[in-house]
Amino acid sequence: MIDSRIQDNFEWRFILVSVGILLLGVTSIYNVTHDLDQSGHVPIYVKQLAWILVGSVALLAAMVIDYHALARHAYLLYGIMLGLLVLVFIMGRSSRGAQRWFPLGPFAFQPSEMAKLALVLALAKYFSDVPRAGWVHQVIIPGLIMAPGLLLILKQPDLGTAMSYTFIFVSMVLVGGLRAKALGMVVLFGSMLFPFIWELFWSSLHDYQRERILTFWDPMTDPAGKGYHALQSQIAIGSGGLFGKGLDEATQSRLKFLPEGHTDFVFAVFAEQWGFIGALVLFALFAALLYLSAEIAFKAKDTLGVLLATGILSMLGFCLTVNIGMTMGIFPIVGIPLPLMSYGGTTTVTSMAALGLLLNVKRRRLTLFY
Amino acid sequence: MSKFTTQHEAFRNLQRRLLFLRLGLMIGLVLLSTRLWYLQVNKGGYYRGLSEQNRVRTVDLKPARGLIFDRQGELLANNVPGFNLYLTVEDIPDRDELADALEGLIGLPRSETKKRLANNAKSYVPILLKTGLTLREAALIEGHRLELPGLRIQAESQRNYLHGNFGGHLLGYVGEVSSEQLDEPAFQDLTQGSIVGKTGVEKTYDHAIRGKPGRKTIEVDARGSERKTLSVAEQTPGDDLFLSIDHPLQRLAESLLGEEAGSIVALDPTNGDVLVLASRPAFDPNALSRGLSSALWEQISKDPRHPLTNRSIQGQYPPGSTFKIFVAAAALESDKWSSDSTVRCTGAYPFGNHVFRDWKKGGHGSIALSEAIVHSCDVYFYNVGHRLGIDAIAQMAGKYGLGVPTGIELPSEKGGTLPSTEWKQRVRKEVWYPGETISASIGQGYLTVTPLQMAAAMAAVGNGGVLYKPRLVRAVRDRMTGQIQEILPVVRGVIPLRDESVALLHEALHEVVQRGTGTRARSTIVEIAGKTGTAQTVGARAQISTGPEGVPKQFRDHAWFVAYAPAENPKIAVAVIVENIGHGGTFAAPIAKALIEEYLEQSESHDRQPHPGQL
Repeated sequence: MIDSRIQDNFEWRFILVSVGILLLGVTSIYNVTHDLDQSGHVPIYVKQLAWILVGSVALLAAMVIDYHALARHAYLLYGIMLGLLVLVFIMGRSSRGAQRWFPLGPFAFQPSEMAKLALVLALAKYFSDVPRAGWVHQVIIPGLIMAPGLLLILKQPDLGTAMSYTFIFVSMVLVGGLRAKALGMVVLFGSMLFPFIWELFWSSLHDYQRERILTFWDPMTDPAGKGYHALQSQIAIGSGGLFGKGLDEATQSRLKFLPEGHTDFVFAVFAEQWGFIGALVLFALFAALLYLSAEIAFKAKDTLGVLLATGILSMLGFCLTVNIGMTMGIFPIVGIPLPLMSYGGTTTVTSMAALGLLLNVKRRRLTLFY
Repeated sequence: MSKFTTQHEAFRNLQRRLLFLRLGLMIGLVLLSTRLWYLQVNKGGYYRGLSEQNRVRTVDLKPARGLIFDRQGELLANNVPGFNLYLTVEDIPDRDELADALEGLIGLPRSETKKRLANNAKSYVPILLKTGLTLREAALIEGHRLELPGLRIQAESQRNYLHGNFGGHLLGYVGEVSSEQLDEPAFQDLTQGSIVGKTGVEKTYDHAIRGKPGRKTIEVDARGSERKTLSVAEQTPGDDLFLSIDHPLQRLAESLLGEEAGSIVALDPTNGDVLVLASRPAFDPNALSRGLSSALWEQISKDPRHPLTNRSIQGQYPPGSTFKIFVAAAALESDKWSSDSTVRCTGAYPFGNHVFRDWKKGGHGSIALSEAIVHSCDVYFYNVGHRLGIDAIAQMAGKYGLGVPTGIELPSEKGGTLPSTEWKQRVRKEVWYPGETISASIGQGYLTVTPLQMAAAMAAVGNGGVLYKPRLVRAVRDRMTGQIQEILPVVRGVIPLRDESVALLHEALHEVVQRGTGTRARSTIVEIAGKTGTAQTVGARAQISTGPEGVPKQFRDHAWFVAYAPAENPKIAVAVIVENIGHGGTFAAPIAKALIEEYLEQSESHDRQPHPGQL
């Protein structure tokens, strides 16, 4: 009885925090887009609300179906995602030099976002099935599972998603069982190989991606050009000050000096309006979400649950840190949306489905199954 | 070890490793918070400033310039709506692209755009790129607004001169304030792109007619389009000017000169009012005020006939025989000469090893002062000059205002040259040769005058000796209060001639027109008194007797005629000079007559007093 109450309480806290973040996101999206001329179109914040509705269904579905059942089909799901990534490469829509969307009427579906979740599922399944030690089993094979997805995403190109994809892989490999000695080897080899990998990575980038990374170091060198996003975003955040400028005075976002205010730079919109205090509240919400997610991972009853939760935690944590970091100028601008806040169908549904999976792991921790 | 323990071990291991991930995420959040504190709290003020600079633009509200009227209240200059093109450097993503687009759309040369962009200090202050856009050009720019951020079309008042190139020299034209001017205290309230008077009364009265600019701060969006007004300081329109110019007469004067180069000045001898100040060739101040192209400017400023020169105040000509009036005045007031003194004129005056000739072959015979004026006898005045000496002549001519600028309220007035022994010593560092006095006696040599100086001097001859400062502006009306501030006539000096001397001069000058060299100015409706002059141009001396027809145009004489009328109680004094045309009596006298007749005829038919208050 007592345990069940605590359990309910936990889930409510988890839902409350998530809904709080989602609503702050919708508010920011509303503020930055409501005065756009979009006669005849559905307002963007209404679209986002619709996506949240779709996301809720995905959340419920991901929560209700036993994750062990899901894991049984993990490789199949991952295979389907790889298929979609190939398909988007053949017949997807190009925009700004990247081909990463399927047009779906007024919407666009971005398979690379969902591929992250499929990767989490596949790797969790792999590590829970094969608890054997050794390089081949702990690194090489999972690497081969991950590689085709990563290459397809890099080819689009979608640097941000590729980075989070890699991060998910690395953190799952590290948590999933690589021994301390092997860990040291990975770090050693990693640092030795870094120049070559960097060279390979750098030469595979498009010009605009390189420029973004270069101007990241000093946005002022070209304030009207490539450094524009970074600079305007920092101005927006900085000018928010301690208490924020409020809705009407938030000129950076209201007057569109800040580009992409409803998508990748939604945090800058928020921070300009609400200031340091408001942003700390938001940080607290995200921290709470991560903490609760980590709790779920920690208390999961089996390896599959732990790894599933770990993958999702690292996915959310990475996107969150890199997105906010890039709006504040401590990370290059690589299009990574802020989970649960940025406008976007695929990212919203994926993030909410991920939350559903977490709750799934949480709910099944007391049921026996072997 | 059982399988279970191993599995349990592995599971515990898993959970331990999770701690690292949690730690990493916590560190990440702490780092983000630190950065957030730095941006928002440490540097909040700095970024606040940058965001203000992003959104706030200051726009100058150009005041309408004051109107300019002639003495009857006829409008000479007003303002019409015009489209000006502004741009804000900060809002321009690509300068080259913009320069290309502007050349394509409105034909603004690429180099011009680049030049404008180059000398702009503050990137967020809009700079004036082009004035006087046509409606079509303005529409083209507006149509490409989204591709050309940072550009703005502003409807502003544009100076308009209603009579085109009539009176262009005296009105002047307007243009953008220069960067040198902006450093001067008199232009402190102006900014780049402000319009100021460049010449004419537009320049001398600029402080009154330009008004006070206003300032509007607006909020702009990322494209530079105005979103709302933050504050407005209204502009104050400039004051109106009422000129002494009689514009119908001015137009007549300019058409009388026609295609010839020259000048006509007419003054009111009772108060110094400038009725006419004509100079030809002329220019259209409208063209110069509307941001003309470099090519057109080149064409106007390099024109060998110098249309931009206001010959009335800047043309310095030898006065020729018109100068004899002042030599005669000096003689009458001197104890070295008397009006009865006669000279036998044989047509030649040997002096030293040079023979000075009379304009009339064979001479005038025995002749006294009055007749010498009537027939413009050179030999008589050679004798007078020799007797009096240059300094006595210069002293008298100086009293009539020759040799110094008249002080008319126009920029860059020239003073001519009134030589004397002291002048030559000071300027040329040489002694005066007596032979030079002989040339000066008939208005040649170093001597030069401006048409305005001659008209003012003639007015003083006609009115019995009062030298007025030419008054070009009679009143200034405050546009805001409607208050009229009159500008009173200024007397520069009184020439202390004895009454008999005045009478003799008046009589002789009247006779010049009646039966002397100036009979072509004789009028059936008004008694005109005047004096002809034929100013020799450099190098033309040898050909003087061959007559004008055989001489290349640029070596022909300048034709002078100075006059006042009516002879008894003068209401108008005139100086006419037509360049390189021939004898004054032949070419200049009829012009003066036509002008005087028109003026006096009209003044009989209606009241010529100005009524600025009625407007």
